[in-house]
Formats: sequence, structure tokens, C-alpha cells
Amino acid sequence: MNDDGTVNRGALPAIFNPEDLNALEMALGIKDRFGGRVTVVTMGLPAAGAILRDALYRGADDAILITDARCAASDTLATSYILSCAVKKLDYDIVLCGRQAIDGDTAQVGPQLAEKLGIPQMTYIEQLIEIKDRTITIQRNVGNGWQQVKTKLPVLLTVTADANEPRIAAAKRLMKYKNAIAPVELEQKLKAENPNAAEGEIKELATRKCSELENKGLLIKQWNLDFLGADLKWCGRNGSPTKVHRIQSVVLAAKESKTIEPTDDGLSDMIHELIEDKIIA
Amino acid sequence: MIDVNRQGEVWVFAEQHKGKLEDTPLELMSKGRHLANILGVKLGALLLGSRVKSLTDKLRHYGADKVYLAEHPLLEHYQTNSYAKVIYDLIHKYKPQIVLYGATTAGRDLAPRIASAAKAGLTADCTDLQIGDHKPAGDNQIHKNLLFQIRPAFGGNIIATIINYDRWPQMATVREGVMPMPTPDLMRKGQVIEEKITLSQSDLPVEIIAEHTRPKKVNLKAARIIVAGGAGVGSKDNFRLIWDLANCLGAAPAATRAAVDLGYIDHDHQVGQTGTTVRPSLYIAVGISGAIQHQAGMSQSQKIVAINNDPEAPILQIAHYKIIGDLNIVVPKMIKTIKEKGIKEDTVAAGHK
Repeated sequence: MNDDGTVNRGALPAIFNPEDLNALEMALGIKDRFGGRVTVVTMGLPAAGAILRDALYRGADDAILITDARCAASDTLATSYILSCAVKKLDYDIVLCGRQAIDGDTAQVGPQLAEKLGIPQMTYIEQLIEIKDRTITIQRNVGNGWQQVKTKLPVLLTVTADANEPRIAAAKRLMKYKNAIAPVELEQKLKAENPNAAEGEIKELATRKCSELENKGLLIKQWNLDFLGADLKWCGRNGSPTKVHRIQSVVLAAKESKTIEPTDDGLSDMIHELIEDKIIA
Repeated sequence: MIDVNRQGEVWVFAEQHKGKLEDTPLELMSKGRHLANILGVKLGALLLGSRVKSLTDKLRHYGADKVYLAEHPLLEHYQTNSYAKVIYDLIHKYKPQIVLYGATTAGRDLAPRIASAAKAGLTADCTDLQIGDHKPAGDNQIHKNLLFQIRPAFGGNIIATIINYDRWPQMATVREGVMPMPTPDLMRKGQVIEEKITLSQSDLPVEIIAEHTRPKKVNLKAARIIVAGGAGVGSKDNFRLIWDLANCLGAAPAATRAAVDLGYIDHDHQVGQTGTTVRPSLYIAVGISGAIQHQAGMSQSQKIVAINNDPEAPILQIAHYKIIGDLNIVVPKMIKTIKEKGIKEDTVAAGHK
């Protein structure tokens, strides 16, 4: 945890959020059936480059890393704003998100991103039915049942774990993209490899390597808030209306507690007591 | 963006489907009433639909001072864009200080869309709401009487209290079943404010083409006794122990998220933050370690019995009766004892289907 009660993401490994894998699978499935290109976008620390490589192994055509210290402490509203700036730079018909992340479980970024893009949203998707004449039909889980809905593209979808089984990395793609890297990762790597080199030398080396990688299609695009033209008022801590008041480690304790021996007599006494207290009839 | 409005009301989104109010907004009325009383403001219910005026009485009986009624043929079915537009306009017009939504599928689809449009904060899946003061670090200004939005958070045993002091309204979705259902007061009076709504087909970009209701396999909220199994039960076959113990007590069988993810039992039986929140007379936790997300869904039970072979399992800290032992030995012994006591078996439980 950081002092302000936000999560210290640097201390955590970057993982592919499980339902984002279902969203990627749905995107790849759409590409297989109807054509198109799949671009994967993530906002995170440089370590999130690993997630983008994973997406490339599985079949994504393009990968974009949004990384900028000014993104730190973004709540869902600021995150959706930053993502909307990135998506607006792309040519898209369908934006897919996992239903929710396993850290916060909020399920808020998808709908907020749809609102910022001014497009309809379809949440809790459990099945893609068809896309025809630029109209998409899906089945969504509505808690006590399902609903089939359709709309014209463009649209934002949030995908649940029930929608599909994510494909695994393809060996050929793994061989091809294992060297794919984002500039920030490359700089870190070069610094580690050349501990005595001056800052300027590293930069120069990185620039040269980046253009080599770009020519081979192995450079992960890296965007910062300046490139996105994002209004800093809506980013990071400033752009986040929700703040953490406090974090408590909670140990709930029963007021009266007794230990019961796992024997016939112990259990019999307990059940007798529960009957006496009219807890069981 | 809406500024702080100390005179603003407390609102509850009164979600209804096919002319029937959902449980969660009714549960929220008790908490909303409590918050409005502390703040000295009115409690408003937001009712959207087509020909739903008859529901306004019920909302007043459950605690609303005012019911904002938005009726329009295009509001007959819940749809994200049309509902978000109407509620956003009402928020803009009346500037409530707090807006609460049930964390239902519709609530979780709708609230973030409104929060984004209003550029306001939103906290998901709260388990408690309180009023309190906040002083930001390095700032001498104290923000008084804020909505404390309380929920279990990140990776385990922590509870976060979230606040939103500058960009209002303060909004939260609240888990189903975490607030007690208020007792309706049939004599309670209140005001109905009929809003004039303008909508066109372009506000409904999504078309509903088919719907199907899956009845829940079990009603955990109504169960007096619940027997729940966790990953510690070990296998789907072994989960029969949970069913057997539940059956001989006339109890409902339940499970943790881990047990559901392992395929031991259907998701309808899941108790916890992402399942059902329950408050039975007796909760028997078998092979459940007791992650905070699970505890959030059952800690309000009147009596808790925990059976676990790990004496350090967190569940034991909230149990009234701790049984440290092998569930494969303890549960059959319990079944035998219960049968000897002649406890009447009944069919309250969902039982095997």
C-alpha cells in the first residue's frame, strides 16, 4: 500500500486480468470469423509490456502501452478518461473489455469508457451471436437470466469468463514476438546491461535499437499523456474524485466463542446447545 | 461536474423490472433513511418505467419522503442509455448529495455510465455506508459529513473506506442483502413528483430481441440455516457431505467462490462479495478458510460454526463454535448426532434437484 491508501502497483507482478483474456479471445474470434485487426491497449507500469507480449503471442496484431507517471493513483473515472483518449486515436468498430478486474472487481471502467466515447455498451456478455451488416447481436447475463440484444457498430462490449475459453500462445508467434519490447522496457534493459554507460549513450543506443525493432514489427507502441493530448485535470490523482479515507485490516471476532472437541460428546453438546437456544429446531 | 451541495437530498435508484421492485433498492431505503436523518435532508426514490405509478406507495412505506417518478413508454425495459440520460438529467436538476444504486446487473451497468457523464466518483459493491469527516493529508480543511463508502478491497483482509469530497454527487452501488429490509410503515406519507420526460428512439441504441429468466436454484437469503463448503472439501464427490448435512438440518447448501470455481457446486449457491449476502440463524462453514470476501457475505449470521483442520484459519476468529478437526470425520459425526436428536427433517432446503 502507498501512504494515501492506493495500491503500490510497482510491488505487484503485472498479470493478465482473467476476463481481459476472454475479451481478447472474443476479439480474436471476431477477427477469425469476420476479419479485421486486433489492437491491444493497456495502461500501466513498464512491466505491463509483458501482458502485451502475451497478447501478441495469442494473436493480437498490434500492442500499445500507455505509461506515464502522471497516470498514477487514477481511479476508474480517470482511467476511463485516459483510455478514451487512446481509443479515439485508433480506428475502431468494437472496443472489448473484460467485465471486471480481479483487484477491485468494480466493473466500472468499461461502461465509463463507453460513455466517454459516446457509444453504446453491452455488458456481461456470455456469447457473441453474430455480426452482420454492421449490426452486432450478443447474449448477456442479466443475473436472473439472459437477454439477447443487438446494436449498430461501433459498440463497447464487456466480456465474462463464461463467454469462451481463451486460446493459448501459438508457438510460431511466441518465437516471433518474444523479442517485442516497448521503448521504456528497452531502456531499462540497456541500462542493466551497460551499468557504466552514460545516460546519453543509453538514449542513443535505445533510439537506434527502437528503429531496428520497428522495422521488424517488434516495437510495442508506447504512448504518454502528452502524445494522447490528455487534459491533466482529468488524469491521475487530480482526475480521480474518489479518494481513500482509510484502510483497515479487519479482524472480525465473535463476541462469545468456544472451541468444540471434534468428538461425539463435544458435537452432541454443541448441537444440544443450538437446540436449547432455538437456533435449530 | 456538480459541486458540493450540502442541502442536497439522499437518493436511491428504485430499480424495477416488469412492474416489480427489486429487493436491493428496498433494502437500501433503510440505510438511505438513516443517512438522510443524520444529514437532516429528505430521502428521495428514483422510479423509472412505464406505468409504474402504483409502486410509489410502496416506496413511501419503505421510507421515501419523495418519489421522483419518470414514466415514459420508452422506459418500459431497463436500457443503459435511456435510463442513464433520465437519471443524469434529474441529478443535474436537483443536485442530490448522495445517489445509491443496488449492485445488481442493471445497477452495475448503469451507475458507471452516469458517473462518467457527471464526472463524479462512484464506489462499487459497498457493504456499509456511514457519514463521517475527512481531513486530506497536508490540508487543514476538514470535509464534514461525507459519505463513507465502505467495501472489502484488494487481495484479502482489508476494508477500504472511500470518500469523494469535491465532485458530487457521492455515488455508490451496494451489495444485495447487506442492508436489512426495512419494515414498511403503511401510514407513511410522502410526495410524488412526476417528471416530464422527453425521449426518442435514438436514446435506445440497443434493441432487446429475446429474454429468458433462469430461476435461481436456491434462495439463500430466505434460509434459516446454511451449510457452506469451501475449497477444503476437496472434491465435487466429497461435497456430498455438505448436501447431506444441509438435508438433515433442513438447511440450504452454499459455497465459497473457490468451491464454485472448482466446480463443486453451481454459482447460485455462492456466498460472499461476488455471491449472495446472507444473515441466517445458523451458518456452518465447512473447510472454509474465511477470506474477507467470503466473510463479507456471512459475518452477520446469528451463530457461526466453523469446521477446519487449520487452527489458524481466519474463519475461526468469527466463529461462535470452533471445531478444529478433519471435516471428513466431523461432518459424518454431526449428521449422526443430529439424526439421533431426532431433529425434524424438512424440505425447506433446495435439496437435490
